[in-house]
Amino acid sequence: MKLVMLWTDMLVWSLVIVLFVWSWVVSRNPQVKKTWHRIFKSNIAMASSVVLLFYLLFTLLDSIHLRLALPLEAQKSEVVAYEVEMVSLLDLIFEHNIQNTERTYSAPFATVEYASSIVVDEHGVTKQVYLPLKYVSTKDDLIQESLFALGVGFAVALLLVFLHILKREKSRFILACKEIIRGESDLPWRTAYGTFILLVVAFTWLYLLSYSYHVLGTDKVGGDVLYQSFKSIRTGVLIGILTTLIMLPVAVILGVSAGLFGGWVDDVIQYLYTTLSSIPGVLLIAAGVLSMQVMMDNNPTWFETTLERSDLRLLFLILILGITSWTGLCRVLRAETLKISQMEFVTAAKAFGVSKLTIIRRHIVPNLMHIILISVVLDFSGLVLAEAVLSYVGVGVDPTMHSWGNMINQARLEMAREPMVWWSLFSAFVFMFILVLAANLFSDRIQRVLDPRNKT
Amino acid sequence: MSSILSVKNLSLTVGSDTLLDSVSFDIEHGEIFALVGESGSGKSLTSLAIIRLLPEVIAVRSGDVRLKERSLFGLSESQMQKVRGKSIAMIFQEPMSALNPVMTVGSQVAEVLQVHLGLKKDQMKEKVLSLFREVALKDPEERYHWYPHQLSGGQKQRVMIAIALACEPDLLIADEPTTALDVTIQAQVLTLLKKICKQRDLSILFITHDMAVVSEMADKVAVMKEGKIVEQAACKEFFVHPQHPYTQRLLEDARATKALNKVEKENEPLIEVKDLKVHFPIKKGFFQRTTGFVKAVDGVTFSIAKGKTLALVGESGSGKSTIGKAILSLLDETEGTVSFEKQNLVGLDKKILSPYRRKIQVVFQDPFSALNPRMTIADIIREGMMSLGVGPKERREQDAYIEALLLKVDLEAEHMYRYPHEFSGGQRQRIGIARALAVEPELIICDEPTSALDVSVRTQVLALLTKLQEESGVSYLFITHDLSIVPMIADEVAVMKEGKIVEQGLVEEVMEDPQHSYTQKLLASAPKIKRENDNTI
Repeated sequence: MKLVMLWTDMLVWSLVIVLFVWSWVVSRNPQVKKTWHRIFKSNIAMASSVVLLFYLLFTLLDSIHLRLALPLEAQKSEVVAYEVEMVSLLDLIFEHNIQNTERTYSAPFATVEYASSIVVDEHGVTKQVYLPLKYVSTKDDLIQESLFALGVGFAVALLLVFLHILKREKSRFILACKEIIRGESDLPWRTAYGTFILLVVAFTWLYLLSYSYHVLGTDKVGGDVLYQSFKSIRTGVLIGILTTLIMLPVAVILGVSAGLFGGWVDDVIQYLYTTLSSIPGVLLIAAGVLSMQVMMDNNPTWFETTLERSDLRLLFLILILGITSWTGLCRVLRAETLKISQMEFVTAAKAFGVSKLTIIRRHIVPNLMHIILISVVLDFSGLVLAEAVLSYVGVGVDPTMHSWGNMINQARLEMAREPMVWWSLFSAFVFMFILVLAANLFSDRIQRVLDPRNKT
Repeated sequence: MSSILSVKNLSLTVGSDTLLDSVSFDIEHGEIFALVGESGSGKSLTSLAIIRLLPEVIAVRSGDVRLKERSLFGLSESQMQKVRGKSIAMIFQEPMSALNPVMTVGSQVAEVLQVHLGLKKDQMKEKVLSLFREVALKDPEERYHWYPHQLSGGQKQRVMIAIALACEPDLLIADEPTTALDVTIQAQVLTLLKKICKQRDLSILFITHDMAVVSEMADKVAVMKEGKIVEQAACKEFFVHPQHPYTQRLLEDARATKALNKVEKENEPLIEVKDLKVHFPIKKGFFQRTTGFVKAVDGVTFSIAKGKTLALVGESGSGKSTIGKAILSLLDETEGTVSFEKQNLVGLDKKILSPYRRKIQVVFQDPFSALNPRMTIADIIREGMMSLGVGPKERREQDAYIEALLLKVDLEAEHMYRYPHEFSGGQRQRIGIARALAVEPELIICDEPTSALDVSVRTQVLALLTKLQEESGVSYLFITHDLSIVPMIADEVAVMKEGKIVEQGLVEEVMEDPQHSYTQKLLASAPKIKRENDNTI
């Protein structure tokens, strides 16, 4: 077994490390801690952050890539040989779904194929029949199995919740439990645990049933839609997070310098973003992705596996999205900086002889922080949706990569069928909807707490 | 005589908080009724309740408002719509935001006429022009086609009055109509309102915080405090014999003067400004060519002695704040000399300048924008100390130093770790003063430090400034538009107009015996509270 780091994996994990370091720094600053405490005081913020963490967990599971060693009998020499394709931890969890590929479409929980086929039976009679699915349990015990799965899910979730409470409140465990159940705890833990239990139960139910059914149906070539939906999480979250990370420094640095220094700096930056934003973004992205495609096609030796190839294309898409999407934020930041730099506290700082860099760091950027944070979270959901649109148009991620956009793209034809195949679109939509909704609700709360005008 | 408007036992609540507590008053035909109070006393709420434009969260708990014996609270919304504008008109503090910037002022007045009176087009224009003439707007024919941004503040307020008068209302509610205006313009607008009140036999509900304006305008006065009317009386009686202790204190604050200083001229000058010029280039076109100059400050000369205060008085746009910035070396366009302890600061290199940064500090007008909302009070005060290397280096000692400073400006030590939004306007101004004091300056430029504050708070802040001057011998350059506070704080005064100083001298000389015609006009325009002994009853 060999651990492989893809480019995007490295970015994701370094981001996680940065997040950890940042939260450690935050936890040492009582004032910032208080602000975050206020953010999480709302039920909605707690619930949506639990949902976001769930998505993040799947992203991370899907960002550990392995190349398994070939079975011993296949080894030809002393050197350990590895399989051609790499798999992620998430693939290992859903291995049965990858293996159990049906022939073609089947509806969720179906036991037979969706479309009838013409077969000739042993008597030589031609008949139209719905062929049975290969990897579906024939016992008719859906309810029984569901109950079992729900029970298991609930037990696991409860256990985890208790462990968490135990870790937080070692000395007064019983008391803390009572407080949480009555909703009297300092932060709305009841909501958080409730959401958590709901998510865990839902996941276990889907997961356990996926052993005996295709819970969300199968696609045209018989692939399991549930697996595809979970695989798509990584693509969506990655595009959302990494793109914002790329565009953020550009937007902040350019926006603040334009607003603060004025003169020719302002002119240059303004011309730059005016030019950039007058080119249609889709065109720029299409041009970028297509030329990248040509380059990759000409150099097939760059990549050992197809996964590496599609990963590079994803990274490139993220870069291009970042380059095209900083203009909006930059414009807002420039205007806000102009406003702030005229404020008297900046004049006071100048009268103290504080250097420009310190003024930016101490007076301007903290007062832009709420705009930045809000636009990051809003852009995040916008970018998740943008990925779907771009893949639909055909200039998004690699067609072999699982993404909600690709699923929707396929669904274009499925929707035109009679009878309609709705589950691909439905699953992609629900998975994306929950993520985007959680992000938007969370950003709402951040906005309410961080915007100084909302303080009473 | 029946009253035009009668408010009876009006109480407003938000949740469990009482905002207005049984407010009652009557306004008679043709009288000016002044509602006075500090910010947050509920005077604007009262006016909003009368025209029924209260925010939805505020509930009327009890009481009634009757306009000519008709209860306004019993009317339907569409009936009320007719009352607003037609029977009760309103003018606001900020004329700019009350006028629609994309419509000509003429058509804005015409619109009101059309809605309420349904006049024909040519009749309408004639009516608008006659209204413009009535409010003494110059060249009404031409102004008809102007947009709000082309008018000055006073002219905009005149247009607002014209709109209010358009439908010949019975009652005019004027909510701080002159607060945003310069004194001379304020005097004109007040005279105009008085004249209209007489000519049209109109009643005016005049809302203000300024006792002096009340004394000039009103027939009757009601003083509000924390949602209650604490005193109500005829104007003459009111200023001679205020009954309630709060009113007495308010009047005292408004009248207070500095115990006149023993004038010692021997003090050597701390700062000498000679022929100071600040000309801002007007840049136009693609390559930002300079096409002309705005002469914000045009050859100003003055000096301030150690431990003394020079008040720089002028209306908005006279260049007084620009002088402050020029002395702080914050403007690149400065010419002339600013000698501070014999060293010319103009055009000085950053490094040589830095020790002088410590000696000259500034306190600002707006207590809300002067403090960074993201920093704690301790960090705000610490910033200057760190940047200029004043005071102790050890963090713990610094905290003790900041604590001492806060106590010095009458705040509490525990305020250190709070954020600016947790403080009132007056407290923030104290923080601003503490920030300036932290680096032990010798000159503090006070740029309108009290104009955003209520009268009683203003007096406290001025007293604090005076106390600090006595303790540490710091000098002040006190920039203000408000002549009434000049005697309270200053030793000398300089009057500015259009970038030049037109008159300067000792306070009592200039205030008692102004030489320049502009100073005379300013003094005459400033509303004054009638003194007890001036009154011939």
